Parts: sequence; C-alpha cells; structure tokens
Amino acid sequence: MSGIMPPGAWAATGAAAIPDPTGLHARPAVRVTKLAKRFDAAVEIAAERAGKWVNAKSPNAVMKLKAACGERLLVRAAGPDAEAAVAAVVALVARNFEAGGDG
Amino acid sequence: MVETETVFAGLPAADGLVLGVLHVRRETGIGRHDVGDPAAETAALKRALSQAQAELAALMAAHGGLAQDILEFQYELLEDDALLRPAFATVAAGEAADAAWAGLMDREIAEYRDGGDETMAARADDLLDLKRRVLAVLADPDPGPGEGPDTGASPVPDGAVLVADDLTPSAFLGLDWARMRGAAIRGGSPTSHVAILARAHNVPLVVGLQADPATLVPGTRALLDAEFGRLVLAPTPETLDAVAHRLSARGRTARAAAAVADEPAVTADGDVVTVLINVDDPAGLADVAATSCDGIGLTRTEFLFDAGPLPDEAAQYAVYARLVAWAEGRPVTIRTLDAGGDKPIPGVTPTDESNPFLGLRGLRLSFARPALFTVQLRALLRAAALGPVKIMAPMVTVPAEMVRLRSLVVQVGADLAAAGIAHGRPALGMMVEVPAAALMAEAFDADFYSIGSNDLIQYTTAVARDTPSVAALADPHSPAVRELIARTVTAGARRGVEVSLCGDMAADPALTGALLSTGLRTFSVAPSRLGPVKLAIRHWSKHHGAVGR
Repeated sequence: MSGIMPPGAWAATGAAAIPDPTGLHARPAVRVTKLAKRFDAAVEIAAERAGKWVNAKSPNAVMKLKAACGERLLVRAAGPDAEAAVAAVVALVARNFEAGGDG
Repeated sequence: MVETETVFAGLPAADGLVLGVLHVRRETGIGRHDVGDPAAETAALKRALSQAQAELAALMAAHGGLAQDILEFQYELLEDDALLRPAFATVAAGEAADAAWAGLMDREIAEYRDGGDETMAARADDLLDLKRRVLAVLADPDPGPGEGPDTGASPVPDGAVLVADDLTPSAFLGLDWARMRGAAIRGGSPTSHVAILARAHNVPLVVGLQADPATLVPGTRALLDAEFGRLVLAPTPETLDAVAHRLSARGRTARAAAAVADEPAVTADGDVVTVLINVDDPAGLADVAATSCDGIGLTRTEFLFDAGPLPDEAAQYAVYARLVAWAEGRPVTIRTLDAGGDKPIPGVTPTDESNPFLGLRGLRLSFARPALFTVQLRALLRAAALGPVKIMAPMVTVPAEMVRLRSLVVQVGADLAAAGIAHGRPALGMMVEVPAAALMAEAFDADFYSIGSNDLIQYTTAVARDTPSVAALADPHSPAVRELIARTVTAGARRGVEVSLCGDMAADPALTGALLSTGLRTFSVAPSRLGPVKLAIRHWSKHHGAVGR
C-alpha cells in the first residue's frame, strides 16, 4: 500500500513496540493523532504485521490499524520537522501513550 | 378530545416518582425540506460539523473525566479530513448534506462493526452517536435557548419526562437534567451503563418500556414511576391522589433515612448489623464520611481500565493506599479484576465466546492473564501493609480455584519479601455468585464470603441481565435464591467467617427483612443507600418482621 508520499521521500523513520496490554485502542489513537498534528511534516504509521501505512493525523485511520499489544508500530515522516515528529511519536508509544515528555 | 389514562410497563432502573410533561425524542432522519445547491450544502455541512464539535467541547468541559474519554474520539473525528473528504465529494456532486453525512457514517459504522473486533465494534457506537449529533444540527441548526444539544428537533419543555427508543451514555450526559424530571426508554436494562449514570445523577429511569415512542403524543401529562417501573400518561385524578400520598410517604422515609445514615445499624431487637459500602470509583469517596459506614465491602477494580491500559503496580498501589487512608482503620475489601461477562475490556477479555457470561471471566480470566494478575496482587499485598486490606475473588466456582489463588498470593508475598518490599497478608475471600459455590460454600478455603446477588440471581434463574422479555423471572424474592443465600450464611457460621451481601439486593429496603431472616448480618451498599438500608434494619425484629413503620 503506497502512502501519501512518493517512495524514497521519507526523511525519517522509527519504530516502538506497543506496551499497552489492550493494544492501540481509541484513547491511544487520539493521543497519536493529536501529537502528529502538531508537526508540519507528513507523518504515517503502520502496524508491523499488516504493514499498511496510514496517515497518523487521521484518528479514523489510526483506529483501524488494530495494532495489538507487543506489536511494533512503525513511524515515518517527510517534511521540515520530520525527525522531530518521528521521535515524538516513537516516544509517545514507548511511554504507553501517556502524556508527558515533550507531549 | 378526552384523554384516557394509559399505563406502559417497564423495568425500574433508577428510583424516583415524578410528574411531568411527556417529551418524545425521535432520531433525526434525513430528508430536509430546504436542500440548497452544492455550494450551500457544502457550507451547511461545514457549519454542522463545527457546531457539533463545539457541542462536544462544551460537554467535555462540563463533565470531564469519564465523559471526556468517551467524547474525545468523536471530537477528533470531526477534524479528520481523510474521513470527511468523501462526504464533501458527494455533496459537491449534488447530494444533500444530511444524506451525504448519513451515508458516510453508515459505511464507516458497518466497517467498524463487521471487522469481528470487539474494540472496533464498541467504537461503532461512538460513530453512531456522532452521526445523530450532526444530523440533529443539520435538521435544526439554531436550537432555541435551553434546548439540549442532543434532543432531536423539538424543544424540551420544563419538567420533561423523556421517552425514547434508547439513550446512549453521551446523549444522557448532554441532557439538561436540572430542567428534566426523568426518562423511560424502550431499550436498556437496569444494569446498563445509562442506568448506572442515571442512578449516579439521581435521575429516575425506567428501561425496557413497552411502548412505541412514535405513537405517543408529546405534551401529555406524564407520571414516571421508576419505583415500580411504569409510565402513566394522562393520569386520572384518582391516580394523582394516590401518587400524592406516595410522594409524601417517600419524603418522610427519605428524611428518616437521612437522619439515620450516619448512625450505627441496629435491629429493633438490638442486633448490631455491619453496613459497608461499595466503591466503583475512589473519586466518589470525596463526599462520603468513613464514619457513616463500617468500611468498604466491595471495590470494583474495573475502573482502573477506564483510562485505557491497566495502571502499573505503583499506580495501583497508590489507588489502594488512598482507599486504606480513607477508611481510617476500617476494612477495605478489594475485588480482583472482574472483567468479562457484561464488562468486556478490549484486548483482555476474549471476543470469540458465544456466551461470555459462561466463559472466561472473573478469577478464571485473571488466572489466564498471569502478567496482569500478578501486578494487581503485588499492589494489593503492598497496600495490605498500610491497613486491613481484604482481597476478594470474583466468579469462584470450585474449591481448587481458592487453593490456586492462595498459593499464588503466597508466592507473590515471597517475591516481595525477597525484594525487601513492605507488604501485608490480606484476608482472602470469595464472591458467592455461582450456584455451585453457594451450594458447596463450606468446602471452600475462604477467609470470608461475599454474596454477589446480581449474578447469583442470573445464574440461578437462567435469566440474562439485559433481556427485558424475561427479566420478571429474575425475582430476588425467589425462594431458590433465598435458599442459596441462607446456605452461604450457614456455611459462614459453621466455619466462623464473615458472610456479606454486596449485590443490588443489599441496597433494597424492601428486601432487608428477608435477608436479615436468613441470618445475614453484613450488608454492602452504594453510599447513597446507607440511610434507607439502615432505616429498614432499625425497623426489623426477629419475631415481628418490620415493626414501627
């Protein structure tokens, strides 16, 4: 599945395993999209198993990832603040979607 | 036209007896009369989405906590361009805004529901809520003053008694209960979420109403009898007289109950009865004085999942420590996670069971999720170092489960000791809610028994808690239920351990005498029921039943 950017255009990538025993449900999905929207960069995420990239700024799309506990969430971004966006989303996943850090 | 009195049966879900004006809430459909050109419809849809978002923001600000968690997902969906794009595309192609919106939401709802994923299916209800909210705004973009955001097209009169097919928790929170008197709904059950909200907000509620809201005439005088579960339209003067008498009697009882709420519970014979409280969410304890009860008889730890994942050991310990501090030396009974059945937790409870009530739930589920369970037991043992914590296991069925639980607790205690972490040795008790456990209670190695009457009634009478058509069979007065309670009380007496009852039966003053007659001397009730139950206890005598009333 192609994303919103041409192949090879991604400036930054990262990944983190989901620690939440219930996986990526509504509340974490909202947290991810709210954080992603703070960056100008295009940000996409994918659940490692399904491998389908979706727009990290769309709560509906993130919800439909159905990522499970322990599964790795892949993050990629393109744009002026791509590196910061990827780092922020990876950090949010790693601290189990709790607000805090730069968030 | 002469109105004749009509009585509609239902089930009581939140107590109350009120007189008001019938208000019928109908789902807003599509098919507005004033459909404009594509540009006008695009503007109308944009306005409706932004107004719906403002309404959700106001609801979240007004209620916080639980409401915010429920509504934030909907709020964010209204900013989801990827989601909304197809609706604007159909409008640009000439479809009306409401039809385009309903079509989009229906497709999404079907996708959420059909995935076979419980987490997604639960979110489908959020989408349905959002669909209705935006359609209501499109149908009536400028509601009059005092109009709640979620009430459909017609304005709500003061003193309204609401009748509707259903009421979602967010719709309930969106209504102005200061102006409205109560509600009767066709769906729902006394144990559904909206019933829990109604009791918490003191809003009289009847569920399972046997009436088609579409056939009722708004504005009719309405008597909502949520004590007995019925709705009376156009009551006769005789009915109104009887209601006036009941209202003044209820007022006297309420005042008498309030007067004894903080007093010890002693029967007319002088028997001291222990009255504990049930805690759903420790936040609710702020308004309750520990001196008004004898401790906590049930803490439902499912609230720990409200914020998403189960909190870690430190966070759970902090919650349990707050309960111990609040109780000031009184016992604090904490039930281990009771997920499953009617309390699914996405990702924790199984999704492939044909009958979750007979499946992997309660202690059975905790044994199957050792990582989650160990964290909870560690936090509980650590809190037991601070005061008298009692651990209570739900859905225990055979004695071997208590043996397994006890060895697990011993192991957790040994691990804490090895790590040099302070901990205590809490009493280890069990819920008696499976008939097999009630019949054989004496065979279980439990430090105390607590009868969970809601599930015990359900399993004894084979009546699901959410099925209005057979609810009448689930009678707490059933001799079979009474027999199981009496057996458990006897088993406790023989083994010299406490027996309490923490289900809805304990909170109903009409059942207090029957329970005391079985020998039961420990009740655990919601804090708001302390007064009525203590009053019923004070009026009861071994030889004469209820006296002096």
